[in-house]
Amino acid sequence: MTATLIWILVALVAVGLYLSWTAGRLDRLHARIDAARAALDAQLVRRASVTQELATSGVLDPAASIVLYEAAHAARQAEEDQREVAESELTQALRAVFAEAQQVDEVRGAPGGEDAARELAEAVRRVPMARRFHNDAVGAARRLREHRKVRWFRLAGHAPFPMAFEMDDEPPAALTERTAAA
Amino acid sequence: MRIGIVCPYSWDVPGGVQFHIRDLAEYFTGLGHEVSVLAPADDDTPLPPYVVSAGRAVPVPYNGSVARLNFGFLSAARVRRWLHDGAFDVIHIHEPTSPSLGLLTCWAAQGPIVATFHTSNPRSRAMIAAYSILQAALEKISARIAVSEYARRTLVEHLGGDAVVIPNGVDVDFFAKAEPKAEWQSGRARCAAGGPVDDGAADATIGFIGRIDEPRKGLPVLMRALPRILAARPGTRLLVAGRGDEEEAVRTLPAELRSRVEFLGMVSDEDKARFLRSIDLYVAPNTGGESFGIILVEAMSAGAPVLASDLDAFAQVLDQGAAGELFANGDAGALADAAVRLLADPARRAELGERGSAHVRRFDWSTVGADILSVYETVTAGAAAVAADDRATGLRARLGLARD
Repeated sequence: MTATLIWILVALVAVGLYLSWTAGRLDRLHARIDAARAALDAQLVRRASVTQELATSGVLDPAASIVLYEAAHAARQAEEDQREVAESELTQALRAVFAEAQQVDEVRGAPGGEDAARELAEAVRRVPMARRFHNDAVGAARRLREHRKVRWFRLAGHAPFPMAFEMDDEPPAALTERTAAA
Repeated sequence: MRIGIVCPYSWDVPGGVQFHIRDLAEYFTGLGHEVSVLAPADDDTPLPPYVVSAGRAVPVPYNGSVARLNFGFLSAARVRRWLHDGAFDVIHIHEPTSPSLGLLTCWAAQGPIVATFHTSNPRSRAMIAAYSILQAALEKISARIAVSEYARRTLVEHLGGDAVVIPNGVDVDFFAKAEPKAEWQSGRARCAAGGPVDDGAADATIGFIGRIDEPRKGLPVLMRALPRILAARPGTRLLVAGRGDEEEAVRTLPAELRSRVEFLGMVSDEDKARFLRSIDLYVAPNTGGESFGIILVEAMSAGAPVLASDLDAFAQVLDQGAAGELFANGDAGALADAAVRLLADPARRAELGERGSAHVRRFDWSTVGADILSVYETVTAGAAAVAADDRATGLRARLGLARD
């Protein structure tokens, strides 16, 4: 009788340890998502500011300037639920304006343009990276959270269910090629 | 930035991953970053100043060949010591799924961790069994890098999640500026370069670099194709650089043709570059196990026309056949036909060489290194530095008592 009780106790403790360890794993994943989201935010804001700077610099023709300024402004002001759309539109605007390699050359030719073009090229390259790292963390957390042990024992607590950040982040080919050649 | 790089394979044994890490470490050091590499090595091996030994690696059969790996209590202790002493801003683990230092580091560290996946194993039973063990450690990686689109696909299928593709780097100019060596050149190439005319010289030289006794490197396929190549172009010479049993390699070849094959043994980096600059055609008959194909990039950097098996990874490096020719994997007949056709067509070879040289610029360290640095900066932005993860390995954690 006592032996059975002891065994039950041991089993309970083992299950408890396992659940605690799983909760720790989940906690670490949530922390990783937060860090990745902050990094993604930083890259998106950086891309929007460089674009806005370029748009107001007068290096580009007025039409292109307005398109870029509008898109960058909308991306920075977007509400959380409109963010993915606004950022995708900024991507498309950048692709439209920098479709031609000559446009990039023109920017680089202007005073201080070399730096601006490099910064923009860096920004459009890093947004997809940061987004992939973020979504990778989100995927890992979701897989764990969908597991029975996590749902039944509510190991995730009150943390919101993580959402991937979906957007069009294909960089303008002319910009990335320039960095590859430089 | 203080960068810690973890190499899973023994530093004493040369290999693709080791070279990649060496070049990466030297590139970052050149940019003024502080780099420390943790690698398995024998105690008496002379190491570059930036390498920290994690102790002797144990040879274990793994992933189809014998790998030298580190595991166990002592290695784990060395990893923790290295993490503690290094106080890194970011650590970069190579091959985190191999049961060696990479996995140990993943397990023992917390903070910004970047990992590069080099291999692309087909789904194995061991992988499925190990999945749940691996997952907890791999979850800590903040950024994953795959060396090719193919490697990324395997990664997504096996482990879930996603990765950015950054190819392996090559110092393109090192190969492009190497001096050809007359004895490895064909008579025609030597003449064109202003050398003496020598009637005894070969018509053309075909090059192969790789372990002779590793069947996946594909030398047996090339040996099967050789009689047909020699029948069509009797003046051809095959130069083989790499270690292994030379007798065994030519065993299938008719005795009278064996003199057309020359073994150079292991070659130094300088000689490898000169070798690739000298030959008329580089053949990569690998039958599998490749996730990138750095040797193809090196051959293209040196301007050598490339003929390779149509492995996914090779097709991608060769721009789907635009920067080098492909033949059906394992098909000695197709290899022989393509080689004969290319050897007979100097214009096509020159064209391939030129296209290859232009194509490899994207694999130069200046591009690749900047991309990897971008990854570091993305994951370190706003994050705390790397530290030993006490939650995972401390006694309290093992008892489940530690909560941050």
